[in-house]
Amino acid sequence: MHHLEVRNLASAYGRLEVLKGVNLTLKKGEVMALIGPSGSGKSTVLRVLMGLTRPTGGEVLIDGAAVDYTRPASVRAARDRMAIVFQQYNLFQNMDVMRNVTIAPVKIKGRPRAEVEREAVRLLEKVGLGDKHHAYPDQLSGGQQQRVAIARALALKPEILLLDEVTSALDPELVNEVLDSVRALAADGMTMLIVSHEMGFVREVAAKVVMMDKGRVVEEGPPRQIFDAPRTDRARDFVGKILRH
Amino acid sequence: MDRIIQQLPRFFSPGNISLLLDAAGTTLALTFIGCVSGFLLAFLIVFLRQTPGIWALPLRLLGIAYVEIFRRIPFLVVTYLVLFFIQTFQSDASLFTIAVVAICIYATAYTAEIIRGGFESVARQQIEAATAMNFTRWQTLSGVIIPQSWPVILPPAVAFAVGFVKDTALVSQVGVFELTFRGKELNNGGFSGILVFGTIALIYFGISYPLSRFGRWLESRLASSRSEKPRKRLRTA
Amino acid sequence: MNYTFQFGVALAQLPELLKGAIVTFELGLLTFGGGALIGLLGAALKTFGGPVLRGIANAYVIFFTNTPGLIQIYFLYFGLPEFGIRWDNFTCVLLGLTLNAGGYLTEIMRAGFISVHKTEMEAAETIGMSLLQQIRFIIVPHIAKTIYPALANFFIVVLVMGTSIGAVVGVDELTGTAINISTENYRWIEMFVVVAGIYVVVTFIASLSLALFGRWAFRIKAKVF
Repeated sequence: MHHLEVRNLASAYGRLEVLKGVNLTLKKGEVMALIGPSGSGKSTVLRVLMGLTRPTGGEVLIDGAAVDYTRPASVRAARDRMAIVFQQYNLFQNMDVMRNVTIAPVKIKGRPRAEVEREAVRLLEKVGLGDKHHAYPDQLSGGQQQRVAIARALALKPEILLLDEVTSALDPELVNEVLDSVRALAADGMTMLIVSHEMGFVREVAAKVVMMDKGRVVEEGPPRQIFDAPRTDRARDFVGKILRH
Repeated sequence: MDRIIQQLPRFFSPGNISLLLDAAGTTLALTFIGCVSGFLLAFLIVFLRQTPGIWALPLRLLGIAYVEIFRRIPFLVVTYLVLFFIQTFQSDASLFTIAVVAICIYATAYTAEIIRGGFESVARQQIEAATAMNFTRWQTLSGVIIPQSWPVILPPAVAFAVGFVKDTALVSQVGVFELTFRGKELNNGGFSGILVFGTIALIYFGISYPLSRFGRWLESRLASSRSEKPRKRLRTA
Repeated sequence: MNYTFQFGVALAQLPELLKGAIVTFELGLLTFGGGALIGLLGAALKTFGGPVLRGIANAYVIFFTNTPGLIQIYFLYFGLPEFGIRWDNFTCVLLGLTLNAGGYLTEIMRAGFISVHKTEMEAAETIGMSLLQQIRFIIVPHIAKTIYPALANFFIVVLVMGTSIGAVVGVDELTGTAINISTENYRWIEMFVVVAGIYVVVTFIASLSLALFGRWAFRIKAKVF
């Protein structure tokens, strides 16, 4: 059984079809990367998984059980098992780092505060922010905020981690510190679905790369195939253009 | 002119002075009680307007209708309507209460728009993050949205209340013993209109101007808390 | 306590009420017009005047925006006769509301004035425009667009809220007419509900028209509803 399976997923915004039948399978501990041009629907896949955008067709299965995005209880259960890190970090501006990280596990999941705080200290240490517990988001750089966002997501103890272009909003110097954290997560065996433009990083960390265009999957395979020997013209086109940088 | 000078000692008698001070207190009480209760009810209206789900459509429409209607009726008319409605069903209601209800109804409509603006000023992205972490609507509102909306809500809300001090003059029409009512009384009792209403105007000025300066100070304090540099802010501890 | 609502009686009075509504409009337009002139003068004084002129304009604005319109009207209506000036209630209300509006409009206009960049003015000066010409060709069009929403909104405020004050001293605008009729047919609640309805409809149409005009004339994307 796959950890995460997406079958024929469709999503439309009014008459605009953003996803036109996407199929993905993720095994436990697997890292999959979604690449493709802007507007291909990559971020939408993540948003649909987290219940932020309604699907108009298709299925999402976690451990073989389908998620019913029309039933709030089902959506909550799905969200319980996943966590997402956004491109813009989306930290709560009125809370300090420690509270950002601990609020959901304590208030939503109901875990004891002392235990969550210990865990938070460990996570923040792990992403290199051990000395910033009481800083507020507006006192941190973009890279630091993104690492807090990662710690925040990890504090939820998700089974599946979704990363939505987590380095795209960062200045180039700050990208590496975030990638280091993600690299560490991959090494730890976290099931991850990563949307990214950082091809070098994707190549290094992903077991499977899926290229999307105009709401569909164009090609999928190991990084070596997608980057070195793409089988479809569209993929070849895209990879050719971006790797020329 | 001489007439006015003649009347001065009688006008500024201890009795009159205490009468006017009392009335000023009533004016302040009316404004404060009416606007604060309006502010709290306005939150309710905004919550109503934002309840999701098809079943809540009548509630949402009710919220919208309330605001759109009561922002378009003059306060004098609202006051009369409240007076008539309450007196029809409860003829011994105190005029002060009637006035406060009228002010509250009016203030709720205006403040609701201010609060709605405040809520919408909080970046959607933070709300999405909360939703993705399974925050309930109430948890998102109380934990993320409301703490960050204060700097946007308070200045206009305070400005509204301060401005309302002047509008309370209209409740004199339903017989509440506030400043304008006492003014009319004194004028009817033979004191010069210039003396009476000039003095009343100055008393209103003495209440309104300092409060409006306070309102502007509050605005500049809260505005600086929203700027990009790290500043003192309304934090969640 | 039982009360049987008789809206039919109130609705039958619509023609009379509409006459009152017309007076409301007259009063509103005249007040806004006069107030706008005062506002322009006041804003000009505050922006371009020396300390004395600025002080006078400031004092005017501060006084009229911190005292109730009703008291200003009472002052005129009950105070002027002591100088032998007996103007009728309409005139007193018009004068009082106009002076009051002038205070607020000065601030609105001033916001418009200072939104014009110094550089626009300097450029105009270098091509030889006098201050008056600068005002006419550069400032006014620029300001018109900037302050139009505030002006349109204030017009609704003046029209609706301001004019109803006239009823207090017996002016037969919409509210005053309702009071007059109610003293005769004793259908106070129904009359005032109908009047409230008229105010809502009239202001809705007025703000809709002003918003549409703003879009057409200045391409201002205002929230229409």
